[in-house]
Amino acid sequence: MPDVEEAVAAAFREEWGQVVATLIRVTGDWDLAEECAQDAFAQALDRWRRDGIPRRPGAWLTTTARNRALDVLRREAVGAAKLREVAVLGRDEGPYDPEYDGDDSGVEDDRLRLVFTCCHPALPIEARVALTLRTLAGLTTPEIARAFLVPEATMAQRLVRAKKKIRNAGIPYRVPPAHLLPERTTGVLGVVYLLFNEGYAATSGAELVRTNLCAEAIRLARVLARLMPDEPEVLGLLALLLLHDARRRTRVDAAGELVTLEDQDRTAWDRAEVDEGAALLETALRRGRPGPYQIQAAIAACHTTASTAEDTDWADIAGLYGELERFVPSAVVHLNRAVAVGMAQHPDAGLELVAELERSGELADYHLLPATRADLLRRSGRTAEAVVAYERALELVENAAERRFLERRLAECRSV
Amino acid sequence: MKYVLLICTPVAGEELSPEEIATDPRFTSYIDEVRSRDIMRGGARLRPASDATTVRVQGDEVLLSDGPFVESKEYVAGIDIIEVADLDEAISLASRHPAALAGGSVEVRPVWE
Repeated sequence: MPDVEEAVAAAFREEWGQVVATLIRVTGDWDLAEECAQDAFAQALDRWRRDGIPRRPGAWLTTTARNRALDVLRREAVGAAKLREVAVLGRDEGPYDPEYDGDDSGVEDDRLRLVFTCCHPALPIEARVALTLRTLAGLTTPEIARAFLVPEATMAQRLVRAKKKIRNAGIPYRVPPAHLLPERTTGVLGVVYLLFNEGYAATSGAELVRTNLCAEAIRLARVLARLMPDEPEVLGLLALLLLHDARRRTRVDAAGELVTLEDQDRTAWDRAEVDEGAALLETALRRGRPGPYQIQAAIAACHTTASTAEDTDWADIAGLYGELERFVPSAVVHLNRAVAVGMAQHPDAGLELVAELERSGELADYHLLPATRADLLRRSGRTAEAVVAYERALELVENAAERRFLERRLAECRSV
Repeated sequence: MKYVLLICTPVAGEELSPEEIATDPRFTSYIDEVRSRDIMRGGARLRPASDATTVRVQGDEVLLSDGPFVESKEYVAGIDIIEVADLDEAISLASRHPAALAGGSVEVRPVWE
């Protein structure tokens, strides 16, 4: 019966994080929670074949996992007090009632607790990412290891250490209090954004498995947007990811070569993602509390809504980068603004901003600094100077696809 | 949970005595807070790193060296033992310690219980 398998697979994608989250709250034991969740999904395959697919698969799975946890704890003869605690805490959800069609908001809170705990700033950033993928998204340890190009044993150890620190250091399992919420939310969004970028940077072949990370990041951002509908930055992040993802498939051609935004086939961009991203951005901006993700999404929207590269509103983009710089005063943002200014006004205006950065000594080893300079010189018709800048960029570049792109540009300039 | 706060200050920083700390206005709010919340379980102000002696044993030989076990820009100037609900509470208190506010740092270590 393939439809049962499909239903279990769908429930896994939708409900895994929630089942684990509730079980962690109920038992206080991360490993036990994962084990019991796994067991509940395994049972679902048999039981749903026999009894039919329950109306609320999530509630069925949570109840089944909780009963399993009680069994395990009884067998391990943990103290009666602890058992009572688990049984009482479990009663919040009540027994599984197939007719119940009400509000699951308490359960959603569990998932939010889990997100904030996985992304707690006392954990190293790699651990936050791995833990989020494992417990919230339900990826297996080998899958996460492959996605981050590390040996499985390394990833397993990273997860064990993180869970140990949560337990031993007393990292709380809760949604942070109001005064900590903005800061911690930024941290959570940072983890999801990093996850997306890991996938986005992957371009081909052996790295293909990593592109799944984009889908996972979007899925997590959707969960966050549902859990925190009043946080405009959460919506801004989801919008940003969708608008980037819409262009993902056109960034590389059939031969695996990098295609710049200018040369991408705009008709191949994912329209549904563009539209959804633009609508989310609008909703977020209406709240009147702009932030770095909303601004970046607005920049991405400027690109995706231009029907041709020439139609791009670079003046608007330059203004948005100026605003972004107020929130994130980083050299990389400044460099992006230089590109936008160069495109909006004249390449020389962009070159002036690049020169500022060069004088500051920041980004001295970053290949995109000379690469940007080279591109603006090329557009300005100063090809001899562009050649020198491309050569410098090639000394610094590491990614193979980017290297080949710079080599092509260099060859073009030399042949002028 | 119990935590030890390792209060680290820059090597070249000022050396306040316990008496000076007790009356220093920068410490007032921190001291008032730990008192009023009754979370302090012990602690000590330590003499500077220059007064430290480090003991090592190699084979049968006891090796002594002057100063702390690692040379760094900061040294442990004191410890506070506190009892609070969780790491977030410990971090919140640590972030208000005068040493953390004055260019030093506070390492939060859970007590192994």
